[in-house]
Amino acid sequence: MSIAITTQFICFTVLSLVVIIGALGVVLLESIVYSAFLLGGVFMSVAGLYLLLNASFVAAAQVLVYVGAVNVLIIFAIMLVNKKEDLKPIDDIKSRRVISTSICLTLLSLLIRVDLTNVWSLSSPQNSIGEESTIRIGEHLFSDYLLPFEVASVLLLMAMIGAIVLARRDVMSKDISTGLPVDQELIEKSSEPLLTNKN
Amino acid sequence: MNLESIPLQAFLIVSSALFCIGIWGLLNSRNAVRVLMSIELMLNAVNINLMAFSSYIDNNLIQGQVFTIFVITVAAAEAAVGLAILLSLYRNRVTVDMESFNLLKW
Repeated sequence: MSIAITTQFICFTVLSLVVIIGALGVVLLESIVYSAFLLGGVFMSVAGLYLLLNASFVAAAQVLVYVGAVNVLIIFAIMLVNKKEDLKPIDDIKSRRVISTSICLTLLSLLIRVDLTNVWSLSSPQNSIGEESTIRIGEHLFSDYLLPFEVASVLLLMAMIGAIVLARRDVMSKDISTGLPVDQELIEKSSEPLLTNKN
Repeated sequence: MNLESIPLQAFLIVSSALFCIGIWGLLNSRNAVRVLMSIELMLNAVNINLMAFSSYIDNNLIQGQVFTIFVITVAAAEAAVGLAILLSLYRNRVTVDMESFNLLKW
C-alpha cells in the first residue's frame, strides 16, 4: 500500500466513524441543541466523504446547503419552539422500543448482506474524471437534465412561498369576517391553544 | 491486505448504517424537530449511496452526482416547509410532542 492509499483509508475511517457516532448522538442525546450541532458535524463529515469520492462540487454544495442553510434553519426552529415541557409517559413504550429497534437491526443486516454479497460491476480502471466533474455536472444540467433543473427552480419557489404562508403570523389589524381588532400579542403567550386535547 | 483503493462496499455499509439510524430516530423521537433531523440523516445516507455508485460504476458520466444535487435541492425545500409546518403546529398546540399531534387518529 502506498502512502496515498493509506492516507485515504485513514481519512475514510475517521470520517465514517464521525458520521456513525454523530448520527447516533443526533437520535439518542437528550438535549435537542446538542443534536442540532452534532447534525452539523455529520453533514460536514459527509462532505468529506464526497471529497474522497472525487466530487468537489457536490461537497461544496453539501456544505453550503446543509450546514449553511438546513442546519441553521433547524437551530432557529429549536430556538423558536424551545419550551421545557414534561412529556406524558407512554404506557407501552418498552414494546415500541423493542419492536422498532428489531425492525431497524433487521433492515441493517439485510442491507449489509446485500452490500457484501452482490457482485458490483465496477468499471475496470478507476480513471476518475476528478477536476472535470464540475464541468460534467454543468453539461448534464443544461442538456439531458434540463427539465428537472427547471422544475427544481419551480419547486424551490413553491417551497419558499409555502413556508412563508405557513409560518407567518397574522398582521392584519382587523379580523376580516368579524371586524374585531386582532390580538397582536405573541399567540403562544396570550391565547388558549386552538386544538385542545379531547381526552 | 493489499487493496488499490477503498472498496465500494465500505461506502455502502456506512450509508446503510446511517439510513437505519435515521429510521430508528424517525420511529422513536418524541420531539418533532428531531424527527426532521432524522429525515435529513436518511436523505444524506441516500446521497452517499448515489455518490459512491457514481464514482465507482459510472465514473465517466457521473449522473449520480447530478441526482445528488437534485436530492439536496429537494431536501432544502423539505426542511423549509417542514419547519414552517412545525411552527404553525406549535402555535396551535403549544407543544412539539409527536404524541399530541393526534388530530388524524380515529
